[in-house]
Amino acid sequence: MNKKMVCVACPIGCPLEVEVNEKGEAISITGNTCKRGETYARSEITNPTRSLTTTVKLLGGKNPVVPVKSTSPFPKGRMLEAMKVINKTQLKAPVHIGEVAVKNILDTGIDIVVTNNDTGR
Amino acid sequence: MDRYDLVVIGGGPAGMAAALKAKECGVKKIVVLERAQTLGGILEQCIHAGFGLHYFGEELTGPEYAARFISLIEKTDIEVKTDTMALNISEDKTVTAVNTKDGLLEIRAKAIVLAMGCRERPRGALSIAGTRPSGIMTAGQAQAFVNITGYMTGKTVVILGSGDIGLIMARRMTLEGAKVKMVCELMPYSGGLTRNIVQCLDDFDIPLRLNCTVVETHGKERLEGVTIQYVDQNMKPIPGTREYVQCDTLLLSVGLIPENELSKDIGIELDAVTGGPKVDQTRQTEREGVFACGNVLQVHDLVDYVTEESMIAGRSAADYILGKSSRDAEFIETITGEGVRYIVPQRINIKSDEDIKLYFRVGAIYTNARVIVTIDNKEVYNKRKVKLAPGEMENVKITTDMMKEMNKDSKLEIRIKI
Repeated sequence: MNKKMVCVACPIGCPLEVEVNEKGEAISITGNTCKRGETYARSEITNPTRSLTTTVKLLGGKNPVVPVKSTSPFPKGRMLEAMKVINKTQLKAPVHIGEVAVKNILDTGIDIVVTNNDTGR
Repeated sequence: MDRYDLVVIGGGPAGMAAALKAKECGVKKIVVLERAQTLGGILEQCIHAGFGLHYFGEELTGPEYAARFISLIEKTDIEVKTDTMALNISEDKTVTAVNTKDGLLEIRAKAIVLAMGCRERPRGALSIAGTRPSGIMTAGQAQAFVNITGYMTGKTVVILGSGDIGLIMARRMTLEGAKVKMVCELMPYSGGLTRNIVQCLDDFDIPLRLNCTVVETHGKERLEGVTIQYVDQNMKPIPGTREYVQCDTLLLSVGLIPENELSKDIGIELDAVTGGPKVDQTRQTEREGVFACGNVLQVHDLVDYVTEESMIAGRSAADYILGKSSRDAEFIETITGEGVRYIVPQRINIKSDEDIKLYFRVGAIYTNARVIVTIDNKEVYNKRKVKLAPGEMENVKITTDMMKEMNKDSKLEIRIKI
């Protein structure tokens, strides 16, 4: 079976064609212009993931929230579940890029880390 | 009157890269004027990932991309004036600006880099009938509310326009618990990147309605709903296709306009298609010593290209200030052939001793079309492209070898062949 998809690994968005066998594994991948496309296609067939970015409440900061992201692509189906955990989290200024906001979220082994600096008011 | 070698107007990705490059090239006194409270520009509210893949070779969020440049600036003696609004540029390259600390500033510069970015097309520019309740705003405004101030702007959302900001906000509002009912797009195709359609709409089953627009808004104090309608090829609403959609928020993502009020002040000619100044390959406008880069020059889809373009402007400004600009000059205009909406730079100096990248956009969606570059009707470049779309900027390289074949009457054209 052939599956068509658009690679979302970067903004170029290569149109990919993936040949999938009966076991649901990717046999061949065409249309990608870099290696990341191949990785993306394989993961999209078996366990689709996306980078998760949102904000966390910040006490005493210049802004009342600070942006965060998942340290690696996050299972697509569990994003809204993860949002519930993140929205209950609160940090205190100052915060810096890379600081962990939520460790090992939903036992995925993925951390949620801060993506902007806020030295506080 | 303060004297500087270089004034950079705007402290977003364009202004920061231009200032840093000029510094690296040996310019001494540089000042960056930024109207917001911090450097970073629009990147500060673009908390999603996808920035930096070309330039840094890794995927960053907007604030992370900005932070890298902010920390580089902090390591130099480049002066930064935040909370500062540039009001005017005069003939002798004096920039008038104002802030609460210095009051009125008059800054005389040897060169100026215009890096003011762009702003969103507002509701007033669209002729949507109906009431004027709260709950109608541009997608970028909502993005600032949600991502900077942590304020959710609504519970049920309709988005008009499928530009990247609209798509990104469809996902953002969904993640924060809102129900995004649909994205309506007047054109038969989306103006956004394909990856954003996939991961912002398809992932959350948000319908994209093409050839469809909002024709009326309803509600007194707060928006209660909108009427949508399909349009024909001439963008005329098709009778009998009106549909009422309940929503408390309408986000508009209907185009970006380079913010060139200051450029117009000193009589810089703007390109009618890009809305930005006309420039040569050094990003110099038709005013000597005034350069432009980033979204004020042409609206970009990728910040990486903004950085690349701004470094060209920064280096050229340095060359100009240090008297290193090439004296040997012969300009020709780049010609937009069939299928090509615009080309930046609009004119090139064919005596250049460096290859020149021409950036362009197409006017429609093409599959398996060819990008063809001709010099005096002779093909010098011909490449098949699997996909070309108006939402994605393309580029071709004009080599010094090609330029050797050209003279001041040469015609350099880019066109698309199906």
